[in-house]
Amino acid sequence: MTGRAETPATADTGWRRLAGDFAESPPAVVCLGLVLLILGLAAAAPWITPQNPYDLAQLDILDGRLPPGSESFAGVPYWLGTDAQGRDMLSAILYGIRTSLLVALSAGALAFATGLGLGLIAAYARGTVDALIMRVVDLMLGFPAILTTMILIVVLGRGTDKVILALAVVQWAYFARTARSAALVEVEKDYVAAARGLGASHGRILLRHLLPNCLPPMIVVGTVQVANAISLEATLSFLGIGLPVTEPSLGLLIANGFKYLLSGLYWISVFPGIALLVMVMSINIVGDQLREVLNPHSSR
Amino acid sequence: MAVFIIRRLLQSLLVVFAMSVIVFVGVFAIGNPVDIFISPTADSIEYDRVVRQLGLDLPLHEQYLRFLGNALQGDLGNSFITGEPALGMILQRMPATLELAVFAMLIAVGIGIPLGLWAGLHPGTLGGQTIAAGSIVGFSLPNFWQGLMLILIFAVTLGWLPSGGRGDTTDVFGIRTSLGSLDGLSHMLLPAINLAIFKTALLIRLVRAGTREIIRQDYIKFARAKGLSERRVIGVHLLKNIMIPVVTVLGMELGSVIAFAVVTETVFAWPGMGKLIVDSIYVLDRPVIVAYLLIIVVLFIIINMVVDILYSALDPRVRLGSLR
Repeated sequence: MTGRAETPATADTGWRRLAGDFAESPPAVVCLGLVLLILGLAAAAPWITPQNPYDLAQLDILDGRLPPGSESFAGVPYWLGTDAQGRDMLSAILYGIRTSLLVALSAGALAFATGLGLGLIAAYARGTVDALIMRVVDLMLGFPAILTTMILIVVLGRGTDKVILALAVVQWAYFARTARSAALVEVEKDYVAAARGLGASHGRILLRHLLPNCLPPMIVVGTVQVANAISLEATLSFLGIGLPVTEPSLGLLIANGFKYLLSGLYWISVFPGIALLVMVMSINIVGDQLREVLNPHSSR
Repeated sequence: MAVFIIRRLLQSLLVVFAMSVIVFVGVFAIGNPVDIFISPTADSIEYDRVVRQLGLDLPLHEQYLRFLGNALQGDLGNSFITGEPALGMILQRMPATLELAVFAMLIAVGIGIPLGLWAGLHPGTLGGQTIAAGSIVGFSLPNFWQGLMLILIFAVTLGWLPSGGRGDTTDVFGIRTSLGSLDGLSHMLLPAINLAIFKTALLIRLVRAGTREIIRQDYIKFARAKGLSERRVIGVHLLKNIMIPVVTVLGMELGSVIAFAVVTETVFAWPGMGKLIVDSIYVLDRPVIVAYLLIIVVLFIIINMVVDILYSALDPRVRLGSLR
């Protein structure tokens, strides 16, 4: 690492080195591919699914509870079976992934922005402001996310926007802590002193100098938090206090299948669950490898 | 030590008070609980009577003072639904949750620490890498889905274990427990495993990372050079130093196990306080929600304090007096 750091890093070699380091772990590359594939499938869901699972006109109750691989009345195959209303599970899962990702990414972006802003301000301002922000962060981190989101949903009420807000509220603290600790190191460095000496304003130092240099650890936390948000939203929806029934995420699909699990209709619950697992696990493994690659102290 | 405990207790009182305000205002600022349990055909006179009876006509701060006064006497209000005291309802169900949480932690410690140690001592081997990869899977599996899969495999497909409920309970010193009978134990096994998987994965990662770090230290080399048996080097020199972060995390995780019991209890129909809170949220039974949250806060504070004290006992470098 030290040997390579001596060569002046241009943007091009920087990115190329990053990609090379990342590719050292084949499982991580496979998972990155999976994440991209899932993102693509979710974005294209309305155009590639065999049916629109929420258009009641397209559902036929006679096709209900068909096992995977059977054919519909009209001869269309249901690769992953159907649920009690005769909904094609493959289509329902792709739509569910879309909803889950949309909620998790929105919440993640909101938490990222809030946490980054407050973390940088805490590290830059120090003193009372820092103490105040970090006290709140400690309080948030000391309380399990699942309970905090449940309370927030009780207080805010149901609805997709409320779920996104609740998820962002429990997650910003992780970003704030990471941003602060990164910024505390950066703020002592000579380039910040140089910028100050040149008469740069506080805003300029924060945005142009500190922010870009604090991003790498934030990206790692971001990937992990998106995976957590997906899990948490699925859990809330499973408990019946998450997304509304009109926008079924993977959690709600699994909850619907739970009723039929005990009577052996496993596919209604199991396939959405596998989709959820693959998604969360790939993101976690990509995040793990990113941490290795972006951390200058890692013992590789 | 005494000074530390007194100071912490005072701080804790402040936190409990602050939380009671937040929770009370948060929970009581929403919705109208009267709509839920008054018959839709009731006239406005009947409606007003119920509102007065519940004290909902008072301004919010008066409602809070009333609540606080009663709370100090151990009365957290009566459930809107059953009319029973909220505190009693929760305390009655608490043993079931604590029993499950402690059993789950024992499973996590019993499996997580040995596996993590092994993976840390043999990082390059197939076994070590499998354990590390397995811990990522355990980390990624959403809690409720693990529960469903456990039911599908062990209850539906194999039929070895019951899928829900608490089974036969026996009374030990007046507390109902599932640990006393084989039937009770068989009901507890699946939910406890469900709660334990995540914590096991966490412990494996923690112990593995700690082992890899400490095994390179000079005092380990010195202990080996002294001719101590490998058993003693690992069992005493290594393990003692790993235990410091492990105890901290375990303490914090005991709290989160109790919180996550909400999910597990719902999946396995385990009659603990987590199931109660989910049911109460559905019907907006405010006194029960508020009482549950306050009890959880108190539990967390106690757990954190015990962890801090244990921490200083394990690591002599930590002096409690200097902790804020």
